[in-house]
Amino acid sequence: MGIYLPIAEMSVNMVVLLAMGAAVGFLSGMFGVGGGFLITPLLIFYNIPPAIAVATGANQVVASSISGALAHFKKGTIDFKLGTVLLAGGVVGSTVGVWVFSLLRSVGQLDLFVSLLYVALLGTVGGMMLVESVRALRRAAGGNVASLRKPGQHNWIHRLPLKMRFRASKLFVSVIPVIGLGVIIGFLASIMGVGGGFIMVPALIYLLKVPTNVVIGTSLYQIVFTAAYTTVVHSTTNQTVDVVLAFLLMVGGVAGAQYGARAGAKLRGEQLRALLALLVLAVALRLAFDLFVRPASLYSLSSLSGV
Amino acid sequence: MTMHSLRLTTLTGILLSLLIALSPVRAQVPETANPESIQIGLSTDRVSITADFSGADLTIFGALDNSDPLIARHGRYDVIVVLEGPPRPVVVRKKTRFLGMWINTQSVTFVNVPVSYSVATTRALQDITHPDNYRQMALGANNITVVPAVRDDDPATIREFAVALRDRKKASDLFSERIGGVHFLSQSLFRATLHLAPNVPVGTHRARAFLFKNGVFIKESSAQLAILKSGFEQRIFRAAQEHSFLYGLGAVALAFVTGWIGRLVFRRD
Repeated sequence: MGIYLPIAEMSVNMVVLLAMGAAVGFLSGMFGVGGGFLITPLLIFYNIPPAIAVATGANQVVASSISGALAHFKKGTIDFKLGTVLLAGGVVGSTVGVWVFSLLRSVGQLDLFVSLLYVALLGTVGGMMLVESVRALRRAAGGNVASLRKPGQHNWIHRLPLKMRFRASKLFVSVIPVIGLGVIIGFLASIMGVGGGFIMVPALIYLLKVPTNVVIGTSLYQIVFTAAYTTVVHSTTNQTVDVVLAFLLMVGGVAGAQYGARAGAKLRGEQLRALLALLVLAVALRLAFDLFVRPASLYSLSSLSGV
Repeated sequence: MTMHSLRLTTLTGILLSLLIALSPVRAQVPETANPESIQIGLSTDRVSITADFSGADLTIFGALDNSDPLIARHGRYDVIVVLEGPPRPVVVRKKTRFLGMWINTQSVTFVNVPVSYSVATTRALQDITHPDNYRQMALGANNITVVPAVRDDDPATIREFAVALRDRKKASDLFSERIGGVHFLSQSLFRATLHLAPNVPVGTHRARAFLFKNGVFIKESSAQLAILKSGFEQRIFRAAQEHSFLYGLGAVALAFVTGWIGRLVFRRD
């Protein structure tokens, strides 16, 4: 069934997009991730112009993260102060990101930059997760209990100035790494169309030593508003947010996420992380393949504005 | 107005023009002045792109005035109909290998390239007239003039990129050719069927009909066609262009509501 996308100015198959949204929603529900890192590459593989895929991906991330954020809000597992400082950084990063995005688009290097960022980030994060989860699986087989947080340990981050107290996280830490993390997440959100949870969650746990019970909620709270801000800035600067496309993905995604969460509850944490790592690596490999293999045509056309 | 009644009005128009052509005033024109001429009328003067648009066929009716029955009977009249999209600048980029990766390294910008170029003919192009004539008339996807924005580039490079431009346009279905797409319904009436690609650009398109007699170009006639997004699609597009900030807020609000409703529907906690 065809549907015309008013911003992308092309006709696409509605069923394919709903299924894409549902599949990504299923995986994101299962693994507890936003799914932006899957949606944007899938849209690009489906010939949606990368500029539109990224901006629309950011919009979809809002919908897929809000439901989780609401659940954590109800449970009281959001550190609002920490999240708001992260968000302040996110706004700065996103603004810079959208500016870089427009610049790259005008010189014709946006697709390359998006692909490179995806390959580098997904490759690194996926590789690290795979190593970590395989170790955890081995340890679990040996009967030891894995612990993520080692409260006694301090690292270089705790020696930085401008410390601030975050009561909900029981943290007394410098705002510099917190804002810096927010900036990076905002930048990635605007250039890759991702929520950034796959970087935010490990960074909060391993670098800032945030207690695991508030990590997901705080991360989701920050992601919802950073992605919302990114959507508005992309829409204002580049006019590349396609609501029809975003809505199809959201509907499929919201429904798929519920079933994914049920499937995820049946698997153990380490197994989930190993599977997610394999998935992330697969996306990175697929994008790398496109970069390194001679394309069918060496030439491409774009309008002056870059779409 | 519906398509059907539009088609009727157009046909009436053609008949009227035929009547005028047959009136005594025209009959006084001397035989030597190549009295044949061509008229076209579109079945509709606007095409709306609706939500379920996935490409379409556009029918153009036309008539020859003062056609010579003998030549017509031998099929020596040929018609080429072209539907040309609005001209826009295009950047053609070329990838080369750099550190093992295929990266856009070279680009040439062309100004005023028709976004789409759809051709229908009575016969294969090479059977109608000599290729030189097409080149002179800038007729056909391979002959339309594409002007580089910067003229001092190497001519060989510009030629290479111009070829790539046409090739990519053909690959995306925006440049197309339909041999036998023009049918003579009678000695003087013909019908052309042109292809509108699913990604046809919106804007004012120009339909042009070229009449050839024994391989010699006789006359041209043209008409305009507006391709628009239909109400809903157009409103979204305009909102995104003109009220982009509010549009962005709306997109975010839609995401909030969708996520929230999803939570209500599938409540688990």
